[in-house]
Amino acid sequence: MAAIIFLIILGIIVAGGFLVAFIWAVTSGQYDDDYSPSVRMLFDNKLPTEENATKETESTTTITKN
Amino acid sequence: MEKTACVHCGADCGSSPVIHDDKPFCCHGCKTVYALLSEKDLGQYYAIQPMSGIKLGQVQSLSKFAFLDHDEINESLLDFRDGTSARVTFFIPTIHCASCIWLLEHLDTLHKAVTFSSVNFPKKEVHITFRTDQISLRQLAELLAAIHYVPEITLDQLDKKSPAKTNRSLLLKIGIAAFSFLNIMMYSFPEYLPGGDLLEQEFRYVFGWLSFLLILPVVFFSANDYYLSAWKGLKHKIISIDLPISLGIIALFLQSSWVVFSGNGIGYMDSLAGLIFFLLIGKWYQGKTYQALSFDRDYKSYFPVAITRIGNGSENIVPIKDLKTGDHILVRNQELIPADARIVRGQGNIDYSFVTGESMPVAKATGDFIYAGGRQAGSSIELVIEHAVEQSYLTQLWNQQSTKQDASRLKNHVNNVSHYFTISILVIASAAFAYWATIDVGKAVFVFTSVLIIACPCALALTVPFTFGSTMRVFGHKGFYLKSTDVIEQLHNINTIVFDKTGTITMNREVEVRFHGNPLTEAENSLVRSLVRHSGHPLSVILNERLLDSPAYEPDSFEEIHGMGITGVVLNTRVNIGSKRFVTGEAAEETRNDSRVYISFSNRQAGYFTIENVYREGLADNIQQLKKIASLHLISGDNDAEAAKLSQVFGEGSKLLFNQTPTDKKAYIEKLKAEGKKVLMIGDGLNDAGALASSKVGISVADDVFSFSPACDAIMESVRFRDLGKFIVFTHKSFTIIWISFAISLSYNIAGLGFAITGQLSPLIAAILMPLSSISVVAFASISVKLLSKYAL
Repeated sequence: MAAIIFLIILGIIVAGGFLVAFIWAVTSGQYDDDYSPSVRMLFDNKLPTEENATKETESTTTITKN
Repeated sequence: MEKTACVHCGADCGSSPVIHDDKPFCCHGCKTVYALLSEKDLGQYYAIQPMSGIKLGQVQSLSKFAFLDHDEINESLLDFRDGTSARVTFFIPTIHCASCIWLLEHLDTLHKAVTFSSVNFPKKEVHITFRTDQISLRQLAELLAAIHYVPEITLDQLDKKSPAKTNRSLLLKIGIAAFSFLNIMMYSFPEYLPGGDLLEQEFRYVFGWLSFLLILPVVFFSANDYYLSAWKGLKHKIISIDLPISLGIIALFLQSSWVVFSGNGIGYMDSLAGLIFFLLIGKWYQGKTYQALSFDRDYKSYFPVAITRIGNGSENIVPIKDLKTGDHILVRNQELIPADARIVRGQGNIDYSFVTGESMPVAKATGDFIYAGGRQAGSSIELVIEHAVEQSYLTQLWNQQSTKQDASRLKNHVNNVSHYFTISILVIASAAFAYWATIDVGKAVFVFTSVLIIACPCALALTVPFTFGSTMRVFGHKGFYLKSTDVIEQLHNINTIVFDKTGTITMNREVEVRFHGNPLTEAENSLVRSLVRHSGHPLSVILNERLLDSPAYEPDSFEEIHGMGITGVVLNTRVNIGSKRFVTGEAAEETRNDSRVYISFSNRQAGYFTIENVYREGLADNIQQLKKIASLHLISGDNDAEAAKLSQVFGEGSKLLFNQTPTDKKAYIEKLKAEGKKVLMIGDGLNDAGALASSKVGISVADDVFSFSPACDAIMESVRFRDLGKFIVFTHKSFTIIWISFAISLSYNIAGLGFAITGQLSPLIAAILMPLSSISVVAFASISVKLLSKYAL
C-alpha cells in the first residue's frame, strides 16, 4: 500500500522532471528551428591540412622540450 | 556541343568559360568567390553539395551598403550591442542548401572579427556575432555579398518586430496536456480492469485527487483558446465548432470533479485530458506555416532603408522616412526610387518589373515624372521628391488594408455544420433530461452531461485540421504555398477568376526572339554578340544568351548611347545595334507589343530582331479546365495589341480588359464582389497588390517565392502555373473527404448518444469511443488526401 503511494509520487517526480526539461527546451528556442541542427551535426570538423598538421607537430615538440 | 557546367554555380559556361585553377567558371563573379574560398581553405563548400554556389545576375555597386555606416540605421538593425561585441540578423533569401549553412557558419574562418554565426534555415536568416572594433556592419554586409550571399535589408527590419512566439505557446500547451493525459490514464487504468470495482477506497481517493490536480493546468491553460474562440464566435452571433467543444470540456470537467469530490473515483478525467491533447495536436498540424515566406508584405519590405540625399553641394545618406517633398536625391544604378519624383539630371532607364511585371525598362528624360517602386538601370540620376514616401501613388495602393473581415472567415462550412450540430445536441440533451427528471433528478443531470460529453465533436473538429493540413502540405510540396488552411476553403468556393497578363500568364524571363530580314550569317552573329555581351541592357542580355554559340571577339571600340543603342567596331566592321531611330534614322512607330532591335553592319541595314513575351506553359489547358468551374476575366495594364491572340486562348464568354491602371484593377474586383461573385485574383506585380488584397483569394505568381511578392493569400512558383486548374479541382476533392469524415464521426456520435441517453455512459465507454473516433477520422483524412494527391496532382 505504502509502496504504491511511494511509487506514484516517485513517478510524478520523474515525469515532472521531463516536463520541466521540455518546457525549458521550448522556451529556450530549441523548437524554433527544426531543420538547421539536423544538417549541422553532419558536418565534419575541418580536415587537418598540411599546415595544421605541421603546427600540431611543432606544439608537441615544444611540449617535449619543456 | 557539350555543355560545361560552372564549378561554382552549375550554370552553363557557354563557349568561352573563364578558367581558373584548371576549373571552368561561367563568369568572373563565380571565379572570384571560388578563389576567395580556396584561399581561406573553405573548399569543403563545394564538397558538401557540388555546384551549389549562387550566381549574381547583376554586378553589385560598391556603395550598395553605404547606408549601414549611418549610425541611426546601424543601431536599429543590431539585435544587441555589448561593448565591442554586437549581434545582427540578416535575411538572406538565397540560402538554399547544406553547403550554405556550412559556409555561413564558418564565417569566422573568412574574417577573424566574426566570433560566431548560426543559420536558421527555415527562416533563411543568419545570426552573426562580431567585434565592432574590427569590422563595421557595412563591411560585414559586404563580406557576405562578396561570397554572393547578399543580405536583403529592407525598411521593415528597422521597425523591430517581435519574433512569433505563438508556436512556442502551442508546444507548451501540448506538452502539458500530454503529461497530464499520460499520468491520468495510468491512474484510471485499474478501474477498467476486471475486478476494478474491488479497488480499495483509499486508492480511489488518491487517484481521484491526483487526477484533479493534473487536469487543472490542462483545462485552464492548454484549452483556453477554445473558450476564447467560442466566445468570439458568439459575439459575432456565430456558433462555431469551438462552442460544442467548450461545452463538452466544461461538462466533462464539472461531472468528473463532482465524482472526485464525492470520493467515487476519477470520472472522465482521462478522456478529458486525451480529448484536449488530440485537439491540440490537430491544431499544431494545421498551423504549419512557411516561415521564410511572407504573405503580408507591404511596401516596407520592398523599399530600401536609406537613400543618398544631395544638399548644399554635399551628398549624405539619410533614412528614407526622413525624406521630404522637394528634397534632391541621387539614385544609382540598381537602386530603387523610393518616392514619386521628377528627374532633374541624368537619363532615367527605369525597370518596373516588380511593379508591373513588364521586364523591359522604360526610358525617362529630364523633367519626367517617375512613380516610386521602379529600379534605375544605368547611370546615376538626380531626382526631386514630389510626394513623401507614404503619400506616393503606389505606396498608398499597397497600404490599403485588406478588406477581408474576421467575421466572414468564421462563416465557413464547418461552422455551418456545427451550428445545426450544437442545436440538435442541446435539444437531445434537454429532451433526455426532461424524460429522466420524472424518474430521478440525479440521473437526469448525469444524462444531460453525458450527452454533452459524448457529443463533444472531437473527431469532427479534427477532420478539418487534418484534411486541410494534409492538403496544404501536398500543395506546398508541389510549389503552391498557402498562407493558412482557410485558403483551401476559400479556393473551393470561388466562381470567378481574374488574371493579370504581364508576368502572370506571360513568362518573365523566357522570350521569343525572331529575326526579320535576310538571315544573319554565322560571322554576322559573332559581330552582334561581340558587342551585346558588353552591355547590361536587358535586350542586350537576351540577345547575348540567344547567340551564345557564336564566338565573340574583343571590339576595337565600344560605346553605349543611353536610350538609343550600342555602336562599336569589331574586326574592322562598324556595327550599330539599337532602336529604329538610332540604327535606321527613321521615326519609330507607336503601339507595338514586341520590342525590336535593329542591326546594321557598316551602315548596311541588316534587319531587326523582335523579342516577344511568351505565354506560360499549359495556359490553354488551364483555361479549358477553369472555364468549367468559374467565369474568367483578364485585366491587363498593357495596350490591346494582343487582344486577338488572347481572346482565342480564353474563348467565348471571358472578359478581357486592357489599359487598366492599378486602381482600375482594384475597382474591377470590388465591382465583381458587389455583384456577389467570389473572386480569385492571380497576379504578380505590385500593381496587382490592391486587386489581390480586395479579392476573396489572391494568388501571387513568383519566379522566386522567397523574394518580394505583394500581400496575398497564396504564393505559387511560376513553373507550377500550369497546374493551377488541378490545384483548384483538388480543393473540391478535399471537401468530399471532409464530408465523408463528418459522416464517420457523426456515426460514432450517434452510437455514443445511445449510451448517453439511456444513462449508461461509463468512463470506460467514453475512454474507448472518443480516441477511437478521433483516430479513425484522422487516419482516413490524412491517408485519403495523400492517395488522391498521387494521381490528381
